Amino acid sequence: MPLDRKTVAHIATLARIKVPESDLDAMAKELDTIIHWVEQLGEVDTSKVEPMTGAVRVTLPRRKDEITDGNCRDKILANAPEQAHGFFLVPKVVE
Amino acid sequence: MPALTDLTIAGALDGLSKKQFSSTELTTAHVKAVEAARTLNAFVTETPDKAMTMAAASDARRAKGEAGLLDGVPLAIKDLFCTEGVLTTAGSHILDGFKPTYESTVTANLWKAGAVMLGKVNMDEFAMGSSNMTSHYGYVNNPWTRKGDNRPLVPGGSSGGSAAAVAARIALGATGTDTGGSIRQPAAFTGIVGIKPTYGRCSRWGIVAFASSLDQAGPMTRTVEDAAIMLQAMAGHDPKDSTSVNAPVPDYRKALTGNIKGLKVGIPKEYRLDGMAPEIDKLWAEGVEWLKRAGAEIVDISLPHTKYALPTYYIIAPAEASSNLARYDGVRFGLRVPGDSLDAQYENTRAAGFGKEVRRRILIGTYVLSAGYYDAYYLKAQKVRALIANDFTEAFKKVDIILTPSTPSAAFAAGEKMDDPIAMYLNDVFTVTVNLAGLPGISVPAGLSAEGLPLGLQLIGKAFDEETVLKVGQVLEKSANFTARPQ
Repeated sequence: MPLDRKTVAHIATLARIKVPESDLDAMAKELDTIIHWVEQLGEVDTSKVEPMTGAVRVTLPRRKDEITDGNCRDKILANAPEQAHGFFLVPKVVE
Repeated sequence: MPALTDLTIAGALDGLSKKQFSSTELTTAHVKAVEAARTLNAFVTETPDKAMTMAAASDARRAKGEAGLLDGVPLAIKDLFCTEGVLTTAGSHILDGFKPTYESTVTANLWKAGAVMLGKVNMDEFAMGSSNMTSHYGYVNNPWTRKGDNRPLVPGGSSGGSAAAVAARIALGATGTDTGGSIRQPAAFTGIVGIKPTYGRCSRWGIVAFASSLDQAGPMTRTVEDAAIMLQAMAGHDPKDSTSVNAPVPDYRKALTGNIKGLKVGIPKEYRLDGMAPEIDKLWAEGVEWLKRAGAEIVDISLPHTKYALPTYYIIAPAEASSNLARYDGVRFGLRVPGDSLDAQYENTRAAGFGKEVRRRILIGTYVLSAGYYDAYYLKAQKVRALIANDFTEAFKKVDIILTPSTPSAAFAAGEKMDDPIAMYLNDVFTVTVNLAGLPGISVPAGLSAEGLPLGLQLIGKAFDEETVLKVGQVLEKSANFTARPQ
């Protein structure tokens, strides 16, 4: 199924990237070319293959469940575009 | 004695320890060289004051006999590494004004070893590119040009600023990162050495993430010995990166014995592409000859799933990127473009803040992870990735190391291949398999194209066997005797 403008508009919403209406067709064509190209993987028989989820197959290390960092609120807020009273400021989300 | 900016890292360390010059003198020469080479656009941020302060501190340490592994050596840092208090952009508009309040582990390791920071170097936006054309801060010029042709060429990417700075002799070395070839391809395009270590060798903590299962930091230098020294300082276990491997870092310089007698070198037939430039093929054959002459045994091998590596990469990398780049929301750092609602603010910020290639990859990644497509694309790619990795496992039962070209061509002109994403992606055809399998790979300058541009050869090693990679790399380097430099 070719990737159409409706699909592009949908994934753009999922990705929270505004795409102007006028760009949807061109972008659909571009993305469709790439998707079509990667579809050559369909040639490969993977019926008996386990997916590889990382470059090294190790069990992730565990550490003690204790606080190792913190008390750095001002550092975390230092780059915020807007902040007040020790919080990030965003447009109103609850009426 | 050669000019201070012409020294290797090994030569500079030698001169510093013999008190032939101070780090202050060495750093001053490089700060001036950086200023004089601004037309390259290699730097996003120059930090001359910080460099001079660090140099003075290094001289004081050396006077007390407390010099570290890289003490007093001026380096350029790819703008993907978070540096405390110094603008870190990842080449993107969306990180406008971002000054991290922490230091990446790799750069912290370099400063602990005494290195001096010249500044932050340019790169493709979020490391997505093979040309440096996608940087918000403008593209970097390759210090090399074609014979009799002054048109600007790309330095490769994404670590293009790093490569240009080292090749132009304005930094003794630079950090790079490599997700699909971003250290090795620009190293090949600029006639320098670049090594992507095994996944897990260097900590990824504090490096702006692109594709977390593929990203790895490494050094870019003018000699293999310098790469060994710099990697030594960068590598090591870090509890803050759970994929960082808890294993001792060997003495890489000691591995450079020059003795490769009896070593088995694999030549993968699948890397001989249809329509590949004859000069690339010729260089590869020369590389084989050099290693044979040094006593290595050449073995023909097969890596049957090679042709599926790029399509696999272009599912996995965008998928991971779409997830990693979700954090750029205009709330916590960087650019904010207001909207009527929080969602509108997200959408406006991300539309304005990300460049075209980054938006393209986020959308591809979102698509292949979305409901109904996950199995067909993402899961399928993870399975093919397993087959690609297994190709190497099988090959390494027969050989100790693999020799291939680094890139399918020499550097191309600025602006070329911009209309065709797939043509651009093909730059990484020889390098991307190594990231998928998590292996170490090095590019060593090995010759010049007919147009007078540098070409590289790549060596791929077993996991955590950077020692053999570096050792054979140095044999190639010595045989090639690459002395050409950009005019």
